[in-house]
Amino acid sequence: MTGAAELDWTALSVCIGFFALVTIMGFAASRWQKGTADHAHLDEWGLGGRNFGTWITWFLVGGDFYTAYTVIAVPAQVFAIGAQGFFALPYTIVVYPIVFAIMPRLWTFAQAHGHVTAADVVYGRYGSRGLELAVAATGLLATMPYIALQLVGMEVVIKALGLTGELPLIAAFAILALYTYSAGLRAPALIAFVKDIMIYIVVITAVAFIPYKLGGYSAVFDAAGKAFALKPPTPPSGLVLQASQYWPYATLALGSALAAFMYPHTLTGIFASKSANTIRKNAILLPAYTLLLGLIALLGYMAHAAGIKPATPNDTVPALFRTLFPSWFAGFAFAAIAIGALVPAAVMSIGAANLFTRNIWKAYVNPAVTHAGEAQVAKLTSLAVKGGALLFILFAPMQYALDLQLLGGLWILQTFPAVVFGLFFNWFRAPALLLGWAVGFLGGSYIAYMDGLKPLHTVVVGGASYTVYVGLLAVLANVLVAAVANLALRSTGAGAPRTA
Amino acid sequence: MWVLLLLPFLGLLWVPFYNSASPSLFGFPFFYWYQLAWVPITAILTWIVYRSAGHGDEP
Repeated sequence: MTGAAELDWTALSVCIGFFALVTIMGFAASRWQKGTADHAHLDEWGLGGRNFGTWITWFLVGGDFYTAYTVIAVPAQVFAIGAQGFFALPYTIVVYPIVFAIMPRLWTFAQAHGHVTAADVVYGRYGSRGLELAVAATGLLATMPYIALQLVGMEVVIKALGLTGELPLIAAFAILALYTYSAGLRAPALIAFVKDIMIYIVVITAVAFIPYKLGGYSAVFDAAGKAFALKPPTPPSGLVLQASQYWPYATLALGSALAAFMYPHTLTGIFASKSANTIRKNAILLPAYTLLLGLIALLGYMAHAAGIKPATPNDTVPALFRTLFPSWFAGFAFAAIAIGALVPAAVMSIGAANLFTRNIWKAYVNPAVTHAGEAQVAKLTSLAVKGGALLFILFAPMQYALDLQLLGGLWILQTFPAVVFGLFFNWFRAPALLLGWAVGFLGGSYIAYMDGLKPLHTVVVGGASYTVYVGLLAVLANVLVAAVANLALRSTGAGAPRTA
Repeated sequence: MWVLLLLPFLGLLWVPFYNSASPSLFGFPFFYWYQLAWVPITAILTWIVYRSAGHGDEP
């Protein structure tokens, strides 16, 4: 870390003020947007009553998909390696045509049958407990390290304010856990309004004011280009990609885009929408956040132009803000990032809690559980999930969280065929999809592990070698195995899907 | 009309096409402004598909 950042009282007061505001909103949220429906129902706690319209969904999914960790990590990567770190931009552009084509169908199917999770949809479609469990367990496994990473984002900011020790982080997380417990998805939905507006203010100010201070965008790019020219040739860095980075760049963008809306937290935003058209409109409107992300990424280059020397790449953005902004605005910006961690962390814990309740508790422990019982199990699970993430960050090396989150992307991508194919075709059967999932999950994890937990793997095809995102490779194997197994199955007539 | 949704994939995943510093625009190298330009283009393409499928009149 930056070590002895001095305690900045102005920044700290502004930050605590906004934190107090969202805490009050979080607890008040249980009464917001509440119809006459019974509150003791998982649809209420876990999906906000399935009644979020276009604007609420826009703020919620925007606040939930573009996490605090993104605001810290994307500029950090761009600072460290340049163009390759910018793959987050094509990723968050091509994700929306995918959402537009798939998610309204998923919503319609889930709504018609009262499904709350992706694993519910899979069980509803195929009637296979095995495939349901595979999807649910993968979702839980992929979400846990993601929650832990939100804590990393918060920790970076707390340290930049000059606070030491773990107490501020524990306190912030305990408050979050309590209002999520009491208000459910309504809490992050309401807080997302504040968080997103704050982030927009910070970023628009930053991308206008910082280049003005540093001599314009040409000066910013020039300074970054010069910094990269002085770096050793490996790992490759620069303002544009090297030819060896073409495949990694494109496959990381595509693979991440396919995986993005398979996560429980992004799907929770989808299931909570009021209508299929709410989702379509959001696929058109959400790219506004992508524009914001592209500008946030450029903060990495601005740090070069400002001569920032962060202790670790993750300190790039806080160090830049502390150097160039007056205290009160730095405090506002840090509050935006810290609150930016709360929204996704809350939705992730709710998504994980919904999965555990519906697809593990109800499926295996207590099939006769009532609606009120489901809501109670989910609320307790959300507490347990957040407690687990906190313990993980406090006691395990941070590298574990980063490695697991990387594997999490690979894992969640393996649920894509099981969740999506059944919405469009009647051809695939559950045992074949389960076998494909197992091959993708285990094979992909094995390859990533053998490569030293790197996201990229080099394959040789016909004498030429290509370096590609291992998750995309694994999902190709997944689909291929599923298709072959399905051909074999169909000749025996086993495992046919239910009619929708 | 659905084929319009494939254009962002072609435009962004064929990396050598845009991997250059020039021509620059407002100080941004081509690599950056080209990709940023795809954000509104993709939104507009999606909107065209949305209108043509008649979803504009749904709730």
